[in-house]
Amino acid sequence: MQDKTNKLPPERQETLVALSGAGVYRSGRWLVRGVDFAVKRGEIVTLIGPNGSGKSTSAKLAIGVLKADEGRVERVAGLKVGYVPQKLSIDWTLPLTVKRLMTLTGPLPAHEIDAAMDATGIRHLAKAEVQTLSGGEFQRALMARAIARKPDLLVLDEPVQGVDFSGEIALYDLIRTIRDTAGCGILLISHDLHVVMAETDTVICLNGHVCCRGTPHAVSASPEYLSLFGPTAARSLAVYTHQHDHVHLPDGRVQHSDGSITDHCHPEDGHHHDHDHKHEHGDACCGHDHSHDHAHDPQEARHV
Amino acid sequence: MFDDFFVRALFAGVGVALIAGPLGSFIVWRRMAYFGDTMAHSALLGVALSLLMEINLTLSVFAVAASVSLFLLLLQRRQALSADALLGILSHSTLAIGLVLVAFMYWVRIDLNAYLFGDILAVSRMDIALVWGGGVLTIGVLIAFWRSLLAATVNHELAEAEGLQPERARLVLMLLMALVIAIAMKVVGIMLITSLLIIPAATARRFSPTPEIMAVFAALIGAVAVVGGLFGSLKFDTPSGPSIVVAALVLFLISLLPASWKRREVS
Repeated sequence: MQDKTNKLPPERQETLVALSGAGVYRSGRWLVRGVDFAVKRGEIVTLIGPNGSGKSTSAKLAIGVLKADEGRVERVAGLKVGYVPQKLSIDWTLPLTVKRLMTLTGPLPAHEIDAAMDATGIRHLAKAEVQTLSGGEFQRALMARAIARKPDLLVLDEPVQGVDFSGEIALYDLIRTIRDTAGCGILLISHDLHVVMAETDTVICLNGHVCCRGTPHAVSASPEYLSLFGPTAARSLAVYTHQHDHVHLPDGRVQHSDGSITDHCHPEDGHHHDHDHKHEHGDACCGHDHSHDHAHDPQEARHV
Repeated sequence: MFDDFFVRALFAGVGVALIAGPLGSFIVWRRMAYFGDTMAHSALLGVALSLLMEINLTLSVFAVAASVSLFLLLLQRRQALSADALLGILSHSTLAIGLVLVAFMYWVRIDLNAYLFGDILAVSRMDIALVWGGGVLTIGVLIAFWRSLLAATVNHELAEAEGLQPERARLVLMLLMALVIAIAMKVVGIMLITSLLIIPAATARRFSPTPEIMAVFAALIGAVAVVGGLFGSLKFDTPSGPSIVVAALVLFLISLLPASWKRREVS
């Protein structure tokens, strides 16, 4: 039932938070100004932009951590937020296991804690202290904590930082799954211009203000985006769509979509990442348009 | 049973240690050791004001320590100076103003040592009632605000985003610290309060799987330090306040031992 939420026509979707002309003024300058966007239930909105462009500031406006100095921020009454902050350092003196981290901001039933840890693949780390986790494990633990509380709005500030390529893909898969199963709205912040989720409904490109917006494909082709990041960055903007047809099991074997299990990938197996590199914007060295869809060669494929 | 000065000292000291443990854990987690030290130093200004205006000593110390902590919060918001420098300025200037004021009051003769290093052997039944009454209040408030305090310790914005009012929790923590300083001053003295807050908490860290257990362990370790320190001071005829701190330090050093043994076995 719930995963139908995102299939509702747009006018029937519930708007969780809406910013209109919002701005934050600090120490003599506007951090962001004139920010307009809304996040609806079942929708993924991605904020991208260079460092200092006001991505985190805009997200903090949306969840009420920062107050708008101009403009308006409207939130649905009783909005339950799950937040994964960009920076989080926990002092070594605080004994905090992954399991205890789950109930940091509120009590939760044990089965929901377990479900969130399973979804993020950190169940085996339940008793580990958070200070001993690797960057990727810590990010997944933070995400597990945020989704375990079943939020209406999930705010992820650079959730893939410190995560290697395969982990990054797994996290993006997880984000999509959360949206599909939990039906919450997701506000995603990414400094990584190279990979923007294809499932993203709206990309907001920020640079102190909203400089362009639209679907991932529309933004990557827009002149504002090109002038902000330059043709080189724009050329490598990859819209990531993931089609798994096999899963790597913990013991190294491979389970295929038909359920069979083998020791290795089949040559025809694809990690069909569909890195739709947009080269149509005048690639001087090649000159021709090659929107290639390169299914990785199994020999060099990164195992997901 | 409170007839004996030594029994009174034990009860007062253990009471202070039981409150200082959980509160000290937060001070360690939030890296507020210097902040606590500054509030403690300002207590001497409270002593001077209480003598000058003839008001209750505990009340005066509490009021001054709480004001200093609020003043610090305000100054930090303006971000003109680093928190570290601000603490250094306030810590020593409040102590100095206190000393100067006391010197001006030629009509009172006070034993400065008792305020600076504590006079646990002179505690009265009234003091014990104050320690245990204030202690129950402190622990009750700490439990009531535990979740938001802990969440704010991990991340202020996270707590705020998920509706836990970390700013209010911080204010509560400041007031509790001021209260504990006012209560503990008579027992361990201004200069040594921070050590009773921090050393037992740091000692408890290694044996604690969760924040809650660490708070309980810190309280128990502090109590052991008080008992050990007091018996030590009786046996070796040493000043009681510093003896308690030395006992706490010994426990801390012992807590470090097993790790180095293990490491030696491995290498």
